[in-house]
Amino acid sequence: MALAAKFRTCPDTGLKVHSQAEALIKANAVLGIIFLAVGGLFGLLVALTRWPAVHLLPDELFYLILTGHGANVLLFWIIFFEIAVLYFASAVLLNCRLAMPKIAWLGFLLMVVGAITANVSVLQGESTVMFTSYPPLKAQPHFYLGLILFAVGALVGCFIFFATLVIAKQEKTYEGSVPLVTFGAITAAIIAVFTIASGAVILIPTWLWSMGLIANVDPVLYKVVWWAMGHSSQQINVSAHVAIWYLIAALLLGAKPLSEKVSRFAFLLYILFLQLASAHHLLVEPGISSEWKIFNTSYAMYLAVLGSMIHGLSIPGAVEAAQRRRGFTNGTFEWLRKAPWGNPAFAGMFLSLVLFGFLGGITGVVLGTEQINLIMHNTLYVPGHFHATVVAGTTLAFMAVTYLVVPLIFRRQIILPGLAKWQPYLFGIGVAGISLFMMGAGTLGVPRRHWDITFTDAAIAVDMPGTAFLMMGLNGLFALLAATGGLLYILIVVGSVLFGEKRTEAVAKANPVIFDASTVKSYGSEEHPKLSGTYVLVAIFFVAFVLYYYVNWKFLSEVWPLS
Amino acid sequence: MAGKSKEQGGDENVPFMQQLLDNPFILLFLGVASPTLLYIVWGVIEVAQIPIAQ
Ligand code: HEM
Ligand SMILES: [Cu+2]
Repeated sequence: MALAAKFRTCPDTGLKVHSQAEALIKANAVLGIIFLAVGGLFGLLVALTRWPAVHLLPDELFYLILTGHGANVLLFWIIFFEIAVLYFASAVLLNCRLAMPKIAWLGFLLMVVGAITANVSVLQGESTVMFTSYPPLKAQPHFYLGLILFAVGALVGCFIFFATLVIAKQEKTYEGSVPLVTFGAITAAIIAVFTIASGAVILIPTWLWSMGLIANVDPVLYKVVWWAMGHSSQQINVSAHVAIWYLIAALLLGAKPLSEKVSRFAFLLYILFLQLASAHHLLVEPGISSEWKIFNTSYAMYLAVLGSMIHGLSIPGAVEAAQRRRGFTNGTFEWLRKAPWGNPAFAGMFLSLVLFGFLGGITGVVLGTEQINLIMHNTLYVPGHFHATVVAGTTLAFMAVTYLVVPLIFRRQIILPGLAKWQPYLFGIGVAGISLFMMGAGTLGVPRRHWDITFTDAAIAVDMPGTAFLMMGLNGLFALLAATGGLLYILIVVGSVLFGEKRTEAVAKANPVIFDASTVKSYGSEEHPKLSGTYVLVAIFFVAFVLYYYVNWKFLSEVWPLS
Repeated sequence: MAGKSKEQGGDENVPFMQQLLDNPFILLFLGVASPTLLYIVWGVIEVAQIPIAQ
């Protein structure tokens, strides 16, 4: 079955690119972007409905579209793109052929069929179960079947990735340890295997139940196992986007990790502990002990948070060290001021890092603490938090790397470079806004997944403060901004892939998109870095972290007076 | 699992940590075993112990 492997040599990086790997990377990236377009539009519709002055959709349609939004963006967009990342980090970065391309195409096909099937069932209107699909809410059988097919396809992708690692090792296409970016991808793939296995364990019985073959699915058991998938899949995202941060910093600036050992150790912490944090979704679940909750969300999860903080220091540190090597040595922050802010790949990467850390990371620790979780549980604070992680963090990082994937893999020049420059800022600021305002509204008690915060037909009247309405309006405005940034991304990427100037060797030579490819391909740490600026940034982060954590405990003591 | 490595001979001096990090399959095992035991198995035991309503 081995197809004679065809390779080309990349004029920018000198890497050997296997044609099948390249075709699969393109196909997965394109599908991901299509689902982002659909899901992003749904997100805007949801936000416009939650804007009280607009209240766009009628109630049933709101929940239907909300279900479609979650599935299309968090599953289909992100996972298609991640499969592309896995193939890139294995076959391309290791200079190797992709294992079993025919099977890889089969996996791709399963994912496409699964994603379309699930979308059809959502749009038919009988599967409005939202992202979590908790029983006893029941969707149509083909909703679960679609998700299962999609998951099997993604699992095939993970196996292709591991098989490619084996081939690269056997054929000695690289020396020593794999590059750090590949190591990050290994972390993502490992977490993906656990995620998908857990998903299968719970979705298959739920599917059988939806067809009447099983009498019932225990809701609490469902929640425990479902979140092993629902949360762990967010950790695939974190591992993948951290790997992409390293990749962009290395390609654009020649940034080397401060310490390969420490960065790899941080990924190891993810492998061992990150998935346990799934328990934070069950913090208010009666019937499960505090020992289980606190062990999994605190003792263990903080080790994983430590991993993220190591990357959070390491990546700006690597950027600073590289910039200083290039001569930007004045003062504490010249390296940062003179960073390539006009390059959307860099701007997107750095915004993703900052927003993920400050907005997503800090609020994640707060939500993951059993006591203070009570203040925000099931309010809009929760979507506020995870839009900072999966949208400002993961999605923006994936958008940023697309500005390199289009010239390097699709071999097209980016069209409309003047607009592309602004795209990460529009999207980043828009998403930062929706995150902050949803969190603000949640702190004021606005529930998540709710069509009508005035509760017009509720038996007991509920009075939302005026500021809550203000927050929802601001959320709507920033959703428009984010959607504009998202639309711009789609237009630029699709336009470039279809109509961009072909990047022949001559065009590539005349328009270099990367600075240095040697660091990304090999093992090696920065030597004697000077990092005064990074230390200041990290200090600001810690102060913000401590203050915000403290404020929430203080707040808890006020909402729940014990005297 | 103790220190088994499939490295081709001659690298006796490779530190343990590096051998671990260089072996994706041991990492895969650890990354699946850790949450399966600590989160799923322990969690399911807890749920199974909830008494059934009479
Ligand atoms: C233009 C961009 C986006 C906007 C304006 C937006 C807005 C929203 C809003 C208003 C909600 C509903 C909150 C609620 O009522 O409970 C929501 C839910 C959600 N969003 Fe987004 N979003 C966007 C992009 C994304 C992306 C890119 C992702 C994933 C990568 C994402 C993942 C989710 C998920 C998982 C939910 C929860 C669905 C559920 O509760 O079942 N969103 N979004
Ligand atoms: Cu979670």
